[in-house]
Amino acid sequence: MNETTRQLLEIISDYKDGFKGAYNIREDGQCAARESSENIKIESKQDAPGLVIKIKPGTKGEKVYIPACVTKSGIDDLVYNDFYVGEGADVTIVAGCGVHNSGDEEARHNGIHRFFIEKNANVLYQEKHIGTGESKGLRKIDPVTDIELGENAKLTMDTVQLSGVDFTTRTTRGTLGKDARLIIKERIMTDGVEQAKTDFYVELKGENSGVDLMSRSVARDESYQEYHSTIKGMNACTGHSECDAILVGNGRVSASPQLDAEHNDAALIHEAAIGKIAGEQLLKLRTLGLTEEEAEQKIISGFLK
Amino acid sequence: MLKLENIVWNLEDGRGILNDVSLEIPDNKLVAITGPNGGGKTTLAKTVAGLITPESGKIFFDGEDITDLDITQRAKKGISYAFQQPVRFKGLTVRDLLELAAGRELKQHEICELLGKVGLCKNDYIEREVNASLSGGEIKRIEIATVLARNTKLSIFDEPEAGIDLWSFAGLVDVFKEVKEKINGTLMIISHQERILEIADEIVVISKGKVENSGPAQEILPTLINGSRMPRPCERS
Repeated sequence: MNETTRQLLEIISDYKDGFKGAYNIREDGQCAARESSENIKIESKQDAPGLVIKIKPGTKGEKVYIPACVTKSGIDDLVYNDFYVGEGADVTIVAGCGVHNSGDEEARHNGIHRFFIEKNANVLYQEKHIGTGESKGLRKIDPVTDIELGENAKLTMDTVQLSGVDFTTRTTRGTLGKDARLIIKERIMTDGVEQAKTDFYVELKGENSGVDLMSRSVARDESYQEYHSTIKGMNACTGHSECDAILVGNGRVSASPQLDAEHNDAALIHEAAIGKIAGEQLLKLRTLGLTEEEAEQKIISGFLK
Repeated sequence: MLKLENIVWNLEDGRGILNDVSLEIPDNKLVAITGPNGGGKTTLAKTVAGLITPESGKIFFDGEDITDLDITQRAKKGISYAFQQPVRFKGLTVRDLLELAAGRELKQHEICELLGKVGLCKNDYIEREVNASLSGGEIKRIEIATVLARNTKLSIFDEPEAGIDLWSFAGLVDVFKEVKEKINGTLMIISHQERILEIADEIVVISKGKVENSGPAQEILPTLINGSRMPRPCERS
């Protein structure tokens, strides 16, 4: 594993001289290190690049790390990772991707993650994305996340794109069974001329299933962001999506939430707000002794926390 | 000491809100500013905090002319202002806001003490976002706590009673009493509440953009309570 990967790992995960638990480190399309645990088995996928991660039923409190790093120009990494989470398991999955580009060609990571989460299982899925390196070569990260939640299963997806990613298209699809819960918290910051597109599609199939989708974004400079979400209520269910965006400089944001209620007892809500930092917020923090710049920075970092 | 000299401020349509206000607020006193709605009290408070720039007149704080200082500079000089309508923040927690106010990290017991003073249980609020999920009364207390956390020479509270139920308000009166006894600072409280006026050292009555009356509380209070000045609904300058 090279030094760049090590640095990226520290940013996108809690890597410190190694991981505690099962892990697989992907570097420039290759496996740099791997370790399974008794309850979490990581194996290479047979038919495509990527991994099959199997978590035994009843596994409690364990973490598995699946970071991917691209450290040079000209790499176009495509990976398919499948996660099978057994009945009643309660685990944390830390993914995350860092793309470092110091050359002139494009560097891209495209991770397709599929989650099959069985009855009563509870998963916290954390994903941090960052681009680093100063060069003309573009940094792209295009994650696809497919989630299947069984009866009374729960997935909390906590996803952050920190900075430096020139283009990203993030696709997340979920299908929920009876009593299943999907919670997604997304935070994206773009600056310069970066572009970020995010697309959610959630089918609430099971009775009493529920999704809560929270997206917060900051578009600075000349950057552009797009938010689409579709929540389909196909049973007695609850769906909530909330998209808040702060514009700084000439940043632009387009948000188009869609709610499809196909069942009489589907209760779906959407909230969206886009705008500059409220003047009152800046004033309040200034009365506490902050300068306008400090106030702006605090408001943004709190918003994206 | 805070000294205002001939402060004038008009609305865009030319209507006068502060019409030549001159006032001295002595150190280490609790000064209540009262008077009819629309009389200019909030505008006066905002002028002191720097949120409003007067069209003419001077403001002195501890002998220094602060008329041209901005909000941040005045805050750093030791002026605090609790908004009448507190601002909400998506993402900032009660802890974040109190720490920004104090200008440093706060220990658990310090936050507990601050929230306790305004009648909030720390366990329910410390990590809570200061967002729309808080009720009007809750956010008002947090607003007051941010000013208490700053512990400055001059603390201005703009209608602290607004949005707080009367039962809890009694507790808040005790807070102001306690602050008055313990800290070396001036409290300027804009209020209509008799209970605040009763604990004040001095009372200033602002009406029609002017200081109508001011002096020791024991002199001014009886004139207010006896109803000697009941504003008529359409009374305007």
